[in-house]
Amino acid sequence: MYKLLLCWRYLRTRWIALASIISVTLGVATMIVVNSVMAGFSHEMQTRIHGILSDLVFESHSLSGFQDPQWHMDEIRRAAGGDIVGMTPTVAVPAMLNFQVRGQWVTRQIMFIGIDEATHAQVSDFGRYLQHPGNRTQLSFDLREGGYDTVDSQSETTTPTRPALEGAGWQHRRMRVERERVWREKLEADRRASEAALPVAAGGSAGPARSIDQQVDAVLAATTGDEPPVASPAADAAAATRADPFRQARPEEGTRMDPAKEQFTGIVPGIGLASFRDSSGIDRFLVLPGDDVKVTFPTAGTPPKAVSDSFTIVDYYESKMSEYDSNFVFVPLATLQRMRGMIDPQTGLASVNSIQIKLRDGADLDVVRDKLRKVFPADLYAVATWRDKQGPLLAAVDMEMSVLNILLFLIIAVAGFGILAIFFMIVVEKTRDIGILKSLGAGASGIAGIFLGYGLFLGLVGAGAGLALGLAIAWNINSIRVGVEWLTGQRVFDPSIYYFHRIPSIVDPFTVAWIIVGAVGIAVASSVLPALRAAGLHPVEALRHD
Amino acid sequence: MTEVATDILRVRNLRKSYQSGDTRLEVLRGVDFDLAAGEFVSVVGQSGSGKSTLLHLMGLLDAADSGEVVLAGTRIAGLPASRRDRLRNTCVGMVFQSYHLLPELDALENVMAPLMVRHGIFEWLSVRSAVRARACELLDRFGLGGRLHHRPRQLSGGEMQRVAIARALVTQPQVLLADEPTGNLDEATGAGILDTLCELNRADGLSIVLVTHDAAVARRADRIVRLAAGRVDETCPAAERKAG
Ligand SMILES: Nc1ncnc2c1ncn2[C@@H]1O[C@H](COP(=O)(O)OP(=O)(O)OP(=O)(O)O)[C@@H](O)[C@H]1O
Ligand SMILES: [Mg+2]
Repeated sequence: MYKLLLCWRYLRTRWIALASIISVTLGVATMIVVNSVMAGFSHEMQTRIHGILSDLVFESHSLSGFQDPQWHMDEIRRAAGGDIVGMTPTVAVPAMLNFQVRGQWVTRQIMFIGIDEATHAQVSDFGRYLQHPGNRTQLSFDLREGGYDTVDSQSETTTPTRPALEGAGWQHRRMRVERERVWREKLEADRRASEAALPVAAGGSAGPARSIDQQVDAVLAATTGDEPPVASPAADAAAATRADPFRQARPEEGTRMDPAKEQFTGIVPGIGLASFRDSSGIDRFLVLPGDDVKVTFPTAGTPPKAVSDSFTIVDYYESKMSEYDSNFVFVPLATLQRMRGMIDPQTGLASVNSIQIKLRDGADLDVVRDKLRKVFPADLYAVATWRDKQGPLLAAVDMEMSVLNILLFLIIAVAGFGILAIFFMIVVEKTRDIGILKSLGAGASGIAGIFLGYGLFLGLVGAGAGLALGLAIAWNINSIRVGVEWLTGQRVFDPSIYYFHRIPSIVDPFTVAWIIVGAVGIAVASSVLPALRAAGLHPVEALRHD
Repeated sequence: MTEVATDILRVRNLRKSYQSGDTRLEVLRGVDFDLAAGEFVSVVGQSGSGKSTLLHLMGLLDAADSGEVVLAGTRIAGLPASRRDRLRNTCVGMVFQSYHLLPELDALENVMAPLMVRHGIFEWLSVRSAVRARACELLDRFGLGGRLHHRPRQLSGGEMQRVAIARALVTQPQVLLADEPTGNLDEATGAGILDTLCELNRADGLSIVLVTHDAAVARRADRIVRLAAGRVDETCPAAERKAG
């Protein structure tokens, strides 16, 4: 009984010991905050990766892919049985995206992904990441009139950070066409005027007057070796479609489409490809939905050749994973298959190079993956879960977290040495009292118990305070961030870097419990030596001590 | 062997030496000493003659080199530490020159401390009120009824010593070992403490060993034992017994 009472009295009268546990408090608070924020980031990242990738990805090793996705899907369903909820075939090829900004051509390296607009949203969160509310419910590769979100639909802010999207869509397209027409007429007038003035020089100035679009078409056509598209009115329509992948994409070729009323095949590029966020958090767009771009990609032939075509941006894709947002461009699957020549002219069967599979909730991804691996030969097909696909990234995050935890735990361990030193001091200071207690019949274990209990108390108080502080910070991290930014005038968390508008934070009770147990454990462990020393004191010598 | 039953404390041929560096200091060289139940004995001797050492050995605070101590019929040599702690807690009450109260506890808690040591926390909850009543009664008897919740540093030397005596008595020990209890006190206060001890001896039949180097103090006891050269000096007869 005296142990408790004395512990309590020592705790109340020895404030110096409390100073030693401030570092425990700070260590615990820091660990909780860091773990919560890291868990938040990690969770955010995982849900995003998972939202982008389906549960399982079934793909061929070669870019030309495999034929007859329907047969493959039936086989997959047969192998994996009831675990499958949805499947969608996709084609992904590396490609080059070109677009014009103020007369300059911008080139981006991309992953060009053909998706089935009807079923793609079934296997992933793809739909959620689009900027038009209509496309979020059902994706359409037809350009919308307008109504794109100016507020980031995935953040909780209500301030419009994308004012430019206000005018996007057909309205933008018509305005642009009109502007171009006016500009072209002005150029034409200038040319005619200069021709009239200098008839001798007319031949030389004809070249530059060609529109840049036409020039690029010509250059691209020259490099790919394809004929520049020309009208072939009498040809068999089906045969022509297979032979010339450009036919379907540009049905009006030769008749000269009216860009104010028609669009090219719609594509959905990642938002990072054509926009940037300025320091005030406003997204600036280089091209808008309604603008046309060019994409160059390899055909499925042997050897693959590069082909190029025009597309119209119909929406932007924003998964908030910059790796994807600055890399992915989505296009209708059928169009891409046609353009790449992935449709067998004899059988009419199309090829795809991967099938995205969604499993029912709670299904074990690894088990299904292994089942599929057994059925499909590994030298032809690769089956991977979304975790496998992002293994290195997730492993890196885990690793980062463990290293941080070790470092932070060292802080608490340092606090442990502080406790050790202060406890030794207290033991020395209390030597006579220890002698008194021994003269009253207290045993060695009882004396040790006082100091161990004292350490436990201190650990609990320190960890408890750290818990309260840590949770308070973790739960209010965004208000704290705003406060700090207001105080210092510095941006603590720059949304243009992270693509998040707020700092994510998840408090995992299990982790918190471990931190508390660890901190209390260290406090107790560092009181062991002083406690043993106190227990081992000789009663008579202790009594003589002053 | 019949005398064992009446002797609360029996010390036979007790030896104790201290080693400091390469010199060996023999403090006790075969002390024989008996304390009958209800007896009040003072131990006198020069400073450094080993009085305190003897008292510590009898109070189980230290281990002798050889010889035996029999406390309340139990030979203490070779007892396991836990038994020794228990015996010290139940059979012996000790009072020291410099009071040795715990500064963090108030007077009442100091008096209750030996019983807190004896009982575990759950036991304590059940005996707490009885112990408290007993401690209050003792303090009351020593005239400290109004100072129950004063810390040692708020008490005078005499008051602290009376708290210490109350603490020694709260366990109802068979023997009280007092090491110069009046050493730090002025004459009048010291006399008061001595009166208290004599009163306890007479009224409650408490066996007391009182260490002192003050002849006047020693004379208050039934018997005086003189320590000299590490032994009991038999030249001092037990003639100074006071008439009860
Ligand atoms: N731990 C020790 N190491 C070495 N010598 C010691 C130790 N403890 C006591 N002594 C020596 O033993 C001798 C007896 O000491 P003790 O305290 O018993 O004397 P005392 O009779 O009580 O004296 P006083 O009347 O001054 O209290 C002294 O000479 C002392 O120096
Ligand atoms: Mg002494």
